[in-house]
Amino acid sequence: MTDHNLSFSAEKTGVGGVVITKLDDLLNWARLSSLWPMGFGLACCAIEMMGAYASGYDLDRFGVFPRPSPRQSDVMIVAGTVTFKMADRIRRLYEQMPEPRYVISMGSCSNCGGPYWEHGYHVVKGVDRIIPVDIYVPGCPPRPEALIGGILKLQEKIRNESLLAPEALLQLTSRESA
Amino acid sequence: MISEFQPWISDVIYESICYIRISRESLFKRYSISLIHPSKSRPAMNFTELKDHLIHHFGATLILKDAAAALQPSLNLPAEKIAEVCQFLHENEQTYFDFLECITAIDNGPAKGTMEVIYHLYSIPYEHALVLRVELPRNQEGEPLPEVPSVSHIWRTADWHEREAFDLVGITFIGHQDLRRILCAADWVGNPLRKDYQIQERYHGIKVAY
Repeated sequence: MTDHNLSFSAEKTGVGGVVITKLDDLLNWARLSSLWPMGFGLACCAIEMMGAYASGYDLDRFGVFPRPSPRQSDVMIVAGTVTFKMADRIRRLYEQMPEPRYVISMGSCSNCGGPYWEHGYHVVKGVDRIIPVDIYVPGCPPRPEALIGGILKLQEKIRNESLLAPEALLQLTSRESA
Repeated sequence: MISEFQPWISDVIYESICYIRISRESLFKRYSISLIHPSKSRPAMNFTELKDHLIHHFGATLILKDAAAALQPSLNLPAEKIAEVCQFLHENEQTYFDFLECITAIDNGPAKGTMEVIYHLYSIPYEHALVLRVELPRNQEGEPLPEVPSVSHIWRTADWHEREAFDLVGITFIGHQDLRRILCAADWVGNPLRKDYQIQERYHGIKVAY
């Protein structure tokens, strides 16, 4: 397969191209190319996240486009301070997301409690205490470039997964048969 | 030039200029203090005048302590009098404290055994200010919370400020219509801004400490 075969001119002449790939790779490519995050923000990190969505950084070119419902979302970007009052809501929203689902923890607060780690009686010291986190983005707040970096890391993670032979499931079945 | 060609424009400009230049007189008019004629309006009162004014109406026993030299001079009042005095300061023509800037609650700690509630008052038409303080005995564990009469019926601002003081410091405001936690979750235990507050070990199964 060459670029030449996929060009418009080639289509017009009726000279078709054939792409051969693994189904796993195709599925992963499709999934990582349209990571829809849940549209919500918690604190100042959310401002940087909005900056990343907007025209300057334009996350839409990675297929990242915020959704207004957890039911339509693939990834949850926890952007900001997670308070105990919010923790129950975040856990519920995460549970409402369909699998496969991913979590990006954006910024120091969500990573480990940030500046509230010692005296923040009201702050959860890391969102990973309530939901599993795939990618941690450091910063206080991280710049849009850093968030984009986190999304690229998540894409890399998805690229190496296998939906057809999920690792965890295989481990479970092998343990049962043994 | 403008009035020559389009006379209505000059009227609009004139009126808007008048509107922007809000004088004390116009504020009196807006707040409809009909008893004070703009030309006879009294000047703002300073701290000593305000103090004498209060002593004149409530007697010398009203003021327990005063801090006249402070950057924001304040008067210490007995807790049970606060609502009555605030009502007076709000309605009296000479004081007219129409704006409650802030309510602050302080825990002075178990060693001192006191708590304080501080009221910052301001009069928009007179442009004078006053700080009122109330000192309360701090409650021991198991005892009921210290009590202060609510001023939320005088200034609506006080509603949420008093709820915040109740939530974080643990002070009951008698007569408040809806005294419940405002920042912490409804099932929170303790008052986080108390000096002897111990963080909970777990909240809804989540470990609290780092």
